[in-house]
Amino acid sequence: MSVDQTLFRQALLDAAAPVPTGLSDGDGNPAGARFSVYRNNVAVSLTEALETGFPVIAKLLGEQNFKAIAGLFLRQSPPDVPVMMFYGAKFPDFLSEFEPIKHIGYLGDVAEIELALRRSYHAEDAAPVAADALGQIAPEHLPNVVMKLAPSVEVIPSPWPIYDIWAFNTIEGHPKPQAQAQDVIVVRAEFDPEPHPLPPGGATFTTAIAKGATLGDAAERATETAEDFDLGAALGLLLSHGALTSITLEDTA
Amino acid sequence: MMFDVSENRSGLPHKPGVGYKPQHFSDILENPGSVGWLEIHAENYMGMGGRPLAQLRHLAERFPISVHGVGLSIGGEGPLDPEHLARLKNLVSWLKPTVFSEHLAWSTHDGSYFNDLLPLPYTNDTITRVADHIDQLQEVIGRQMMLENPSSYLSFDESTWSETDFLCEVAKRTGCGLLLDVNNVFVSATNLGYDPRDYIADYPLDKVGEIHLGGHDEDEDDHGKPLLIDSHGAEIVDPVWALLDHTLSLSGSRPLLIEWDNDVPDWPILSAEADRGADALHKVLS
Repeated sequence: MSVDQTLFRQALLDAAAPVPTGLSDGDGNPAGARFSVYRNNVAVSLTEALETGFPVIAKLLGEQNFKAIAGLFLRQSPPDVPVMMFYGAKFPDFLSEFEPIKHIGYLGDVAEIELALRRSYHAEDAAPVAADALGQIAPEHLPNVVMKLAPSVEVIPSPWPIYDIWAFNTIEGHPKPQAQAQDVIVVRAEFDPEPHPLPPGGATFTTAIAKGATLGDAAERATETAEDFDLGAALGLLLSHGALTSITLEDTA
Repeated sequence: MMFDVSENRSGLPHKPGVGYKPQHFSDILENPGSVGWLEIHAENYMGMGGRPLAQLRHLAERFPISVHGVGLSIGGEGPLDPEHLARLKNLVSWLKPTVFSEHLAWSTHDGSYFNDLLPLPYTNDTITRVADHIDQLQEVIGRQMMLENPSSYLSFDESTWSETDFLCEVAKRTGCGLLLDVNNVFVSATNLGYDPRDYIADYPLDKVGEIHLGGHDEDEDDHGKPLLIDSHGAEIVDPVWALLDHTLSLSGSRPLLIEWDNDVPDWPILSAEADRGADALHKVLS
């Protein structure tokens, strides 16, 4: 009998399914456990890819829980592209919606940091502007400045202390997270992306810049979300980490 | 378009190469030892930028590069993924590698990718499909590819071709070259109970542009028979080195790749495997 790839695939992802008939060892016996080599290769390699991509989630859940959850996820959402660096984009949502761990509200947002770090690592290279580039522009023109973010910049807003949770599980000696909302920016000065906590209003500001708003408009929007928005601090963070690749004056005519 | 299999086949130096791992970047540049070329997995270099591409550009100035695809699913029942073909074309266009190779396997079905090289029945239908896909790939990337023999853990009752005849026929129809993985031959022969030397005797060695060598794991099947797993996670065992010597005595020297993808060792250990490969090549050159 013929074993087509639809049949093979069903048995591949369902360990309880019978091994398709028509597959044999060298002596004509049914393939039996030999089929498990493929089942294991798929499950183990995809689980390892998730473990490598989400090390903090793996630490937070513990190895056994992580493997069990990854096993469910990979069967529900196997890669849709044969490029493993992209795998796991749906994992944060899965973690947020999966009933048994839904009460750990921050998992999805922490996973978003890890996903953003990976995207940033592979993002297009772009030369940053000098750290003092804004100093070349006359103060009265600053509100009309339009800035471009490097392709490696990512912003993750969250109602949870996600930076401190990430750092506590990554950086030796980082203090224990305290209950607070934390927005995170991922920047990549050369090749190594790193997350930083954003000051209040920083996420609104950076997101507005990314969408092409002028410096003035972006600052105004940020102040609407956070009264104590500190424009100098927000710009300093972007400039000192090479997150801006161009600064131009919008034509105000 | 038909691609000629030229006399010198691949253009890679007849020296050992290694599968490139980022943790060996500095070691390879400072102390390449007998390593004369590098192989990369195409799919690891499909990002837009960052360190992987920067390192690859740097290495390509110093070493001939072989691009080895692991995700095209040449044996897939569905059409080749046009977006993936475009990614391969882009990589090959800017990197200009010395050779490109892929696997006789499938890995994508109905839009899902399984990150493993899955087996094919050797039938007339499969030959037609694989040959069509190779024609299409060679057309898109504008060059000849080499097709690698798989590691087998089971066989399909519906197969009507031997693997060696199958590969020979595909190469004849498409003009593709062949990549002979000697460890895969050893693994398949052990698992399916035949003599690996019979396989080599039947193999069209004149079409081989590259040889692969790697480590495997040992397990057992339901009946207590040995079941070898192609893991690329250990040293190459002596019987595989012996099968290499036998193969080279029939084929003459070839570019020889050491693959070590899992539990990657420190550079001196991988470099020593490459030295052993260099010794094997010297034996047939002298």
